[in-house]
Amino acid sequence: MTTYLLKGVSLLGRDRTDLLLADGRITDASTAGAEVIDADGLVALPGLVDLHTHLREPGREDAETVESGSRAAALGGYTAVCAMANTEPVADTAGVVEQVWRLGRAAGLVDVQPVGAVTVGLGGEQLAELGAMAGSAARVRIFSDDGHCVADPRVMRRALEYVKAFDGVIAQHAEEPRLTVGAQMHEGSVSVRLGLAGWPAVAEEAIVARDALLAGHVGARLHVCHVSTAGSVEILRWAKRSGVRVTAEVTPHHLLLTDASAESYDPVFKVNPPLRTAEDIAALRAALADGTIDAVATDHAPHAVEDKECEWDYARPGMLGLETALSIVYQNGGLDWDQIAERMSRTPARIAGLADHGRDPVPGAPANLTLVDPQARWRVDPTALASGSRNTPYAGMALPGRVVHTFLRGEPTVFEGKATR
Amino acid sequence: MIRHLLSAADLDAGTATEVLDTAARMDEAIADREVKKLPTLRGRTVVNLFYEDSTRTRISFEAAAKRLSADVINFSAKGSSVSKGESLKDTALTLQAMGADAVVIRHPASGAPYQLAGWVNGSVLNAGDGTHEHPTQALLDAYTMRSRLGRVDGLSVAIVGDVLHSRVARSNVLLLSALGAKVTLVGPPTLLPLGIEDALASGTEVRYDLDEVLPGVDVVMMLRVQRERMEDAYFPSAREYTRRYGLDGARLRALPEHAIVMHPGPMNRGMEISPEVADSPRSTIVEQVANGVSVRMAVLYLLLGGAK
Ligand SMILES: [Zn+2]
Repeated sequence: MTTYLLKGVSLLGRDRTDLLLADGRITDASTAGAEVIDADGLVALPGLVDLHTHLREPGREDAETVESGSRAAALGGYTAVCAMANTEPVADTAGVVEQVWRLGRAAGLVDVQPVGAVTVGLGGEQLAELGAMAGSAARVRIFSDDGHCVADPRVMRRALEYVKAFDGVIAQHAEEPRLTVGAQMHEGSVSVRLGLAGWPAVAEEAIVARDALLAGHVGARLHVCHVSTAGSVEILRWAKRSGVRVTAEVTPHHLLLTDASAESYDPVFKVNPPLRTAEDIAALRAALADGTIDAVATDHAPHAVEDKECEWDYARPGMLGLETALSIVYQNGGLDWDQIAERMSRTPARIAGLADHGRDPVPGAPANLTLVDPQARWRVDPTALASGSRNTPYAGMALPGRVVHTFLRGEPTVFEGKATR
Repeated sequence: MIRHLLSAADLDAGTATEVLDTAARMDEAIADREVKKLPTLRGRTVVNLFYEDSTRTRISFEAAAKRLSADVINFSAKGSSVSKGESLKDTALTLQAMGADAVVIRHPASGAPYQLAGWVNGSVLNAGDGTHEHPTQALLDAYTMRSRLGRVDGLSVAIVGDVLHSRVARSNVLLLSALGAKVTLVGPPTLLPLGIEDALASGTEVRYDLDEVLPGVDVVMMLRVQRERMEDAYFPSAREYTRRYGLDGARLRALPEHAIVMHPGPMNRGMEISPEVADSPRSTIVEQVANGVSVRMAVLYLLLGGAK
């Protein structure tokens, strides 16, 4: 195993130091024989951890594979991603989650931590074998029907309770389905003008409130996926104050883009939950800064060209996120590097139960880290992304902050801006 | 002149007035002729691309194009590659290869004409997209008001019914407001989108009581209401809808004497409009159909550079 000496990194954007990577860890042993990497002024962060990634494999390998998604993740500074369960077949058995986990190991670019479905086939009715997935080689701890809401309150209550046995957490896609029948975008003045069916904020908030009450009642852990409204933030604030064990994530796109993007009718801006208003963005940024929202998660959702280059109503919701998340958060999150490390690495690693991730790159820690050039700007070119799909909403934008190197267990997965495999 | 007509918002008061004036000239020019045809667009190709059954709108556009001597190709979703799942983009590329100078598109998805406009070089005319807009309907409605009442500026217009699902209502609010009319939207709150007062044009009013509104209007435009909406709990029953928002003889008599009754068709007789009202001399419903051809001739003429 090669030993690397990273010269002159700025640890979490602060003091300059050298980092020695040997045997998969950061060490303070002798630097003799180490390969020296000039990292002068690069910000060293713990490798980023994504709580919400759609890798599409198995089933839609034309949009993304575990390997292509892993490469995109590494290039975005990630060392671990949680792969959502809405694949074909659904990741609702030990067999499927182990398959995804093994594909991740084989790709070797990030740790792929499978998320298990809450209910069989994401059907919302019968609990999947949550214990079997937890006990599998994939050691699943996060369960989610993402893409669908576990809408039945009784099923949700049972799921929350059941996973207490193995410290699991239910990650809810909060969307009351009866309030979003046919919904296409945020319900507001833009949807009225565009004649697109509205997805009201209350459809999210009603579920967030209900689930917070349920989690409090049964003393279980709840994680709220992709919070998108100011109202949800208020409910979360109340729930946390009341002692409910709830965590929440926000996506980079909900921190930046508004429903006005839909005016082009370009489905690259169609996403679920939908892009909201400037007031919602302000509330989400404030919540991320004060910790009411615990983490940034990408909801990276690759889609094949034919699923996006079509009528808005017929397009699939979702946008790419892995390769742009750090830059978007750096530009728009109002966070310093230490806070970015907290929201994009330490806290998500803790929520996902990934002990080897989310640890600051100091001697003794596993060598899972990323190095960012804070001065660099780069232009988003959809054809240059490593993802198997092109549906980025940031095409053509010049973004600050570029990932230069990423290390997973001491080995570079990204070196000088290029994936190593 | 503008290149596409995708939304009534593409038309400012000056451009809209130019369309209406041109339509009036078209009417006169045709009336003087034995053969109801003008040579203006000879050699140009107009494609009617219809993803929804709407014989009346298609025929109206077809007649308009033919009276201007354009070649017309009807490309309907029925019995073509469209229904076999060819994408809008592939269809657009086909039309592009055929050299279409203008594509008239009717589509069930809001915004489809915008995407089409990005994929073809010719002009795109929105002939109704989802629940978004139907700009030529608004133009023909304005034309009808002008020919019956002499003006649009300063008129008080009530649009009654299912505004939520109506592309006709959206285009009319935009166009009539631009032309100086005051628009009041009337219906059950479930069928009036939240925030519509400010979403389209400032000065738009929302009212829930039809009987309060009628005595003060110059024009009442009744929208088609589908009975199936009651299954989605928009209103309790067809009978209750008609009682509260249907235009019958008694309500007709509550209108000022000069006021006219409009309907974009097709009508649900007995639902939003009673047969007595539909067939009364105050109803402009048949005229609207005739005016549709004139207005669409004017739009094709102006978009296809007849004015250059
Ligand atoms: Zn989701």
